[in-house]
Amino acid sequence: MEGYVHGLEWTTKELFTYPNEFIYWSIQIVMYPLMTGLVAGAFVLSSLYHVFGQKDLKDMAKFSLVFSFALLIAAPMPLLLHLQHPLRGTEVFFTPHFTSAISAFGIVFFTYSMIVASEIWFVYRKFFVEQALELKDKEGILNKIKGCIYRILTLGAYDISEEALKKDEKAIKILAGVGIPVACFLHGYAGFIFGSVKANALWMTPLMPVIFIMSAIVSGIALCMLTYILIMEWKKFRIKTSKKPWELTVEDVKGAELELIRKTSKYLVGFMIAAITLELLDLVFRGYTAVKSWDILRSVIYGKDFVNIFILQYGLGNLLPFVLLLLPKASIRRMVIALVLVLFGVFMMRWNVVIGGQAFSLTFSGYMHYHIPIIPHNIETFKEGLMGALVVGVMPFVLFWAFNKIVPSLKYK
Amino acid sequence: MKFTRRDFLKTALSGTIASVLPLGGLRILKPGEVRAEIEKTNVRWGFLVDTYKCVGCGFCVKACKLENEVPYDAPVTRTWIERYVILKDGRVFADTPMGGRDGFVSLKVRETEIKPADIAKAFFVPKLCNQCEKPPCVQVCPVGATYQRADGVVLVDRSWCIGCGYCIMACPYGVRFFHPVYRTAEKCTFCIHRLVKGMKTACVQACPFGARQVGNLKDLNDPITKVILNERVAVLKDEYGTKPQVYYLGLDKNVR
Repeated sequence: MEGYVHGLEWTTKELFTYPNEFIYWSIQIVMYPLMTGLVAGAFVLSSLYHVFGQKDLKDMAKFSLVFSFALLIAAPMPLLLHLQHPLRGTEVFFTPHFTSAISAFGIVFFTYSMIVASEIWFVYRKFFVEQALELKDKEGILNKIKGCIYRILTLGAYDISEEALKKDEKAIKILAGVGIPVACFLHGYAGFIFGSVKANALWMTPLMPVIFIMSAIVSGIALCMLTYILIMEWKKFRIKTSKKPWELTVEDVKGAELELIRKTSKYLVGFMIAAITLELLDLVFRGYTAVKSWDILRSVIYGKDFVNIFILQYGLGNLLPFVLLLLPKASIRRMVIALVLVLFGVFMMRWNVVIGGQAFSLTFSGYMHYHIPIIPHNIETFKEGLMGALVVGVMPFVLFWAFNKIVPSLKYK
Repeated sequence: MKFTRRDFLKTALSGTIASVLPLGGLRILKPGEVRAEIEKTNVRWGFLVDTYKCVGCGFCVKACKLENEVPYDAPVTRTWIERYVILKDGRVFADTPMGGRDGFVSLKVRETEIKPADIAKAFFVPKLCNQCEKPPCVQVCPVGATYQRADGVVLVDRSWCIGCGYCIMACPYGVRFFHPVYRTAEKCTFCIHRLVKGMKTACVQACPFGARQVGNLKDLNDPITKVILNERVAVLKDEYGTKPQVYYLGLDKNVR
């Protein structure tokens, strides 16, 4: 056979399907909404401090802002990896075809990037100026390069008077405020991409964008709580090992940590209820109206994908963490377990939408199964397999590490 | 007068807005739109399939693959034939092995051996792109690489397609796939390169029984237009609102 039939390697067909049907959208399209959801969540968390003045989140705000930027830069990666012609990816920005939901990506993505980038600039402006001045007369090639980077980053604005910094604060507040709806839009429109495909019986519902936003907020809050716990644990560890007597004791930090996690988990539970309610409403409605596609959908939802949907997504990813979060006498360890499960649940939700939506044929009388390629033997099985997904998953952390060299977001006094 | 950076930015911004805003009121026509406006085409290509005449020989699929350079042994194809076997007990069996390229020579439908005595009715249904009046594939293409000609035929620009697969997802008929060699979205073109030269499509020419016909729906004297106007014809999956332009004679309710 000449050429490479996309999808043939990881799709098995059952019963009657059209010849051209394969799992065309695979693991990378599962990763994409997961990543944008996390971007939105991380940004919302940083905004809690800048807009709503949650003082206890001050250290977290810087971290989550820079982390959100790292996530944001990594978010288009799964889309790019999934393209058959990745080098033509820029066409989406330069020749957008506006009747397509995907074409909005360029505008929404860049608007959002500009907001986050400029917010980071305002937050770190003072630091940039200080570094630029400090490194000006230092010897050594590394210092010269660093100094040059910081001089460029100041954009020529060297005024760090009290008055100027006040203006910065105001700008940060406005940007953080505007960023929240834009972050939600970035994710809601990812839901629209799926919800508007009328050919796909599982995807087509106006609830899809709302369901996506709700689960995005759930995953975002969960990831931020998790990282917050990790940072606080690190802090406790630092206090314990510090030779100098610290201002705070381990107990102080622990108390504050648990208090904040308890408070935040209330929001988490709230959004989880909203997300599950919408999903169940969708399911009940489909079953009750039972249009033409329901026979095949039912066999997928209650049959083929039962374990994925009801055991892994609803059971392990929703119900169990729900109980863990609501049980009295919360402990950090239990919270960590619950949060990891919530994140897993959101991943499974994306999986069940993207892969589940392609599990049945357009004939409504056949099925397709996706066998995720584990060990790649060519570029396609790498891109659309476990390895590609891992690369995408690790990317934000690598980017964050790199960004952190320039804009240190984890330094404490 | 001191011209500060702030002043410069302000002036530059307002200047840009002032020059761009009036342009917003104008619309830039694409070359195709200009041509369509001038010529006001009187051609709308349509297709007629007479399912009573189809015997499932697979010549059309073979001809299509060769004419349009779709790798012969790849399981993807621009056109295909489906076989439907309805038993006396009401069970429906359907298959399309290799798109029906090699004909249907076995009584086996996938794994099931069908006894001729059990069959109530059996027939073949050729499928191809419906060249919809409202094509969802064109609607969802993020870069405009797929487009509809004034004569209704939907094409893909292989030099511009990014290979996102959104059009493949959007088509309710499953006619689109990635070309194994070019790796861009691929679909039936009604052999437009032949039609514009006054020839028939490869599948129509290859069909020994006249089950497939192509014609101009705007020409009332065209044989297929006459049939569509005078006979009882049906289209596939009209519930999607795509207004398909491939008409079928003798379409059964079991056809998917």
